Amino acid sequence: MKGRYYIMKTFDHTIRDELGIHARPAGMLAKIAKNFDSDITITKGEKTVGAAKLMALMGLGVKCGDTITVTVNGGNEDAAAEGIKSFLENNL
Amino acid sequence: MVRYKGKGVYGAVAVGKISVFRRRDVEVKRVRVEDTEPELARLEEAKKKAVAQLQQIYEKALKEVGEANARIFEIHMMMIEDDDYNEAITEMIRGQSVNAAYAVAATADNFAEMFSSMDDSYMQARAADVRDISNRIIACMNGSENNSSVCDEKVIICADDLVPSETVSLDKDKVLAFVTAHGSSNSHTAILARNMNIPAIIGLGEEFLTQIRDGATAVADGFTGELAADTSLTETFLRMGIDELSVSPAFVLKVRDAVRKTDLSK
Repeated sequence: MKGRYYIMKTFDHTIRDELGIHARPAGMLAKIAKNFDSDITITKGEKTVGAAKLMALMGLGVKCGDTITVTVNGGNEDAAAEGIKSFLENNL
Repeated sequence: MVRYKGKGVYGAVAVGKISVFRRRDVEVKRVRVEDTEPELARLEEAKKKAVAQLQQIYEKALKEVGEANARIFEIHMMMIEDDDYNEAITEMIRGQSVNAAYAVAATADNFAEMFSSMDDSYMQARAADVRDISNRIIACMNGSENNSSVCDEKVIICADDLVPSETVSLDKDKVLAFVTAHGSSNSHTAILARNMNIPAIIGLGEEFLTQIRDGATAVADGFTGELAADTSLTETFLRMGIDELSVSPAFVLKVRDAVRKTDLSK
């Protein structure tokens, strides 16, 4: 968009679910991420994957106690960051 | 009499005929194609069918095992739509000029390999999900239906292991018990057995499958985790205090006789 700059949003979350990001929450997270028009990624260590990509998300192997970094870029960043954050806090 | 010992995951007892669940092996050949467009179209068509089947399975599972356990089929549907999975398949069809079925099978292997190599037993088990959805897509391409057990009476289902979609697809009116060579106590099979109130035994080991025969009479005891290829154990069960047996019609009389003859005062 003309004359508008996007400042990406980023935040950390530490996983409390004892199974980590297993299939079901990964599926729910991917579903939620798909609904936002932002580019959302999840980083664990040196690996970064799209939050809307279920298999890649599962492949990250995020376990209980791991800290992930969520990055939201473009679109309605506030809404997306808020949506992902509340999902993580309530489910993981 | 032959006895096999595993782990009972739901306490109930069943007497009936054994039915060995055999998975149809999916054999996929690599074929070079001149025109990749029809292959891509076949892939899309098969994926649509597979998702439609999974939607039905999901709805069936909702009733049988509840929402939390049915969600795996939602995951399966999402896996079929997964961007990386689909890109890998379509790129292989285009880049290597191969048939769609081969591209799906090869991609399934790659993703399954990724899960298998993770240092987490839960994620390792997800390799089975990738193979399951991929086999479903390939079956849809070949127009072959998944095998459903055809039998008139209730049977004890014996299998190496049952993936969730297989467990849910079985006709529950025909199942007396689940007995598997592998499996875990929180598998779908175990959950379903609990909900259905029928015995489930897991971990009998590979060899029992090679030894049991289709149609042989057996007792499945979910309390002790034993499968006995004989009905003479009925008395023993009664002595153990088990007074509820799930019996296929052909054995009602035999078991009733055994129950009458048993003197529990001893």
